[in-house]
Amino acid sequence: MSDPEHSGLVLRGVTVARGRRNVVTGMSAALVGGSITALIGPNGAGKSTLLGAVAGVLPCSGTILLDGRPSHPGEVAYMPQSTAVRASLTALEVVLLGRLDRLGWRVAAEDLSQAAGALDALGVGGLARVRIDTLSGGQQQLVLLAQRLVRRPRLLLLDEPTSALDLGRQMRVLDRLSDYARQSGAVVVMALHDLSLAARYASSLLLMKDGALVVAGSPDAVLTPAGIRRAYGVEAEILRTSHGHPVIAPLAPAS
Amino acid sequence: MTTAALLGGYRRDERRRAILLAAACLLLAGICAVDLATGPSAMPLAEALRALAAGPEGADRTLAAILWQIRLPTTLMGVLVGASLGVAGLQMQTILDNPLASPFTLGFSAAAGFGAALAIMFGAALPVAGWLLAPAAAFVTTLAAAGLVYIVARLRGSGPEVLVLGGIAVLFLFQALQLLLQYMASPEVLQQIVFWLFGSLLKANWTSIAVLAAIMAAVLPVLARDVWQLTALRLGEAHARSLGVAVTGLRRRVLLCVALLTAGAVAFVGTIGFVGLAAPHAARALAGEDQRVLMPLAALVGAIMLVGASVLAKTLSPGAVLPVGIVTAIIGVPMLFALVLRRGAGERS
Repeated sequence: MSDPEHSGLVLRGVTVARGRRNVVTGMSAALVGGSITALIGPNGAGKSTLLGAVAGVLPCSGTILLDGRPSHPGEVAYMPQSTAVRASLTALEVVLLGRLDRLGWRVAAEDLSQAAGALDALGVGGLARVRIDTLSGGQQQLVLLAQRLVRRPRLLLLDEPTSALDLGRQMRVLDRLSDYARQSGAVVVMALHDLSLAARYASSLLLMKDGALVVAGSPDAVLTPAGIRRAYGVEAEILRTSHGHPVIAPLAPAS
Repeated sequence: MTTAALLGGYRRDERRRAILLAAACLLLAGICAVDLATGPSAMPLAEALRALAAGPEGADRTLAAILWQIRLPTTLMGVLVGASLGVAGLQMQTILDNPLASPFTLGFSAAAGFGAALAIMFGAALPVAGWLLAPAAAFVTTLAAAGLVYIVARLRGSGPEVLVLGGIAVLFLFQALQLLLQYMASPEVLQQIVFWLFGSLLKANWTSIAVLAAIMAAVLPVLARDVWQLTALRLGEAHARSLGVAVTGLRRRVLLCVALLTAGAVAFVGTIGFVGLAAPHAARALAGEDQRVLMPLAALVGAIMLVGASVLAKTLSPGAVLPVGIVTAIIGVPMLFALVLRRGAGERS
């Protein structure tokens, strides 16, 4: 059992440079497990760079702790922004690669079963034997997401995981990710552009701009007309659905 | 589709691929037998196999000499060089993420040619056996070329663009040096240099076979250890990194393996083009990208292509043997065009 005081993801003064320019500067936050945290902010805010640094694929300064200690690769799964995959591998083979550190010359039935289950859970079990380079962008995104979920990570970092999906699939995927976070207690962090989806599925939001944290907190605290105007330069109205979920309605560019 | 059905399907695919590997082994064995029976002096297949079974000290001294001193080393060298180029080409395409890469993309063959030319021109004074001089020099200069590319990769990162740019610089450097030597050479020496560059299995002997086999025995287990990482790299660098693959180290390690395989192959037989480009594509079309199957199959297809080209080289000009490097290039050019056109069509659609 992890110490509750140290559980979750802690960032202290994280700075990431690309060339001579700091893309993320002095980012500090504490993220709890068991629910989704959404990174929001305008283009170039540093969301993807921060996720890459937390995943360990980009060098950074500062402190990143998972459950009070540096994370190790086996407990982290990171999905970068969607890029087309050209490999002649079937969807099942791609998901199997999510269990890379366990695979030997003969693939164990347990690994195959987990991979098939991950595809089924995202509603793409029927594509298991289809080559990924023949799938649409949205289908590829689902297969790659299944690949990350099959790792059963303690820390799941997703960069725009629903960008290529239709409305129905976006909701099913985010429902599935909420279930995963709740059932496993994992820290799930995702960059999202759709503020209404972020407000509906995330328990906390980190609003970034120009590489720095503007505000962090619950959706109601972060998604205010004033906050949206400051970050995005847009006048917006916050509406409520009949279920009480906030919906962000953009009105006009701020003057 | 149920999980049980998926598991069954995956195991069926595994069995199909195992059968494919076994079939490629049988085909290679058959082509090797035909290659042994083909040559300037007529020898029916049954007689060739009898002479093979009788051993190097067989009763028919002439047959034993032809088979054990000339044809068997040539055939075995064809298998080893073809397999080396097939694997080297596959891994070059994998680490450069480029379907048109081959073992020679980074200037390795130009470096080997320069080394051999240097040895042919200036090596007579050195206390080294004549037959060993050009191969040893070609081996060393190929590794030097790989070392230059490796240094560039260490300094500027191991991305495919950096590797290709570094390789192109190395290619032009050694090509220019090779041309300089050819310009300076006397007509007799120039003839020797050009003959070396042709690429011919007739240069094979048992020592060169042992050296190349030893290189393969050292390199292939290293690559075999990385089969899953190399398969993951085909998803693209960003995805491979996110799965925990140490891409930079993997690229450098594989680059050294490719350099050793290419240096070993080129040093003893000269430049043999297109096998390293076409064999991985053929293997990929047959077996997909799972490197547990793809790597051995690329080796087998490379060996089949080169020994097949050797048979063709001997039958195209009865009484003589064309350098196999010429035959593979003539067969390979249409294959390369077909690959380029197929890819172009795929991108348009």
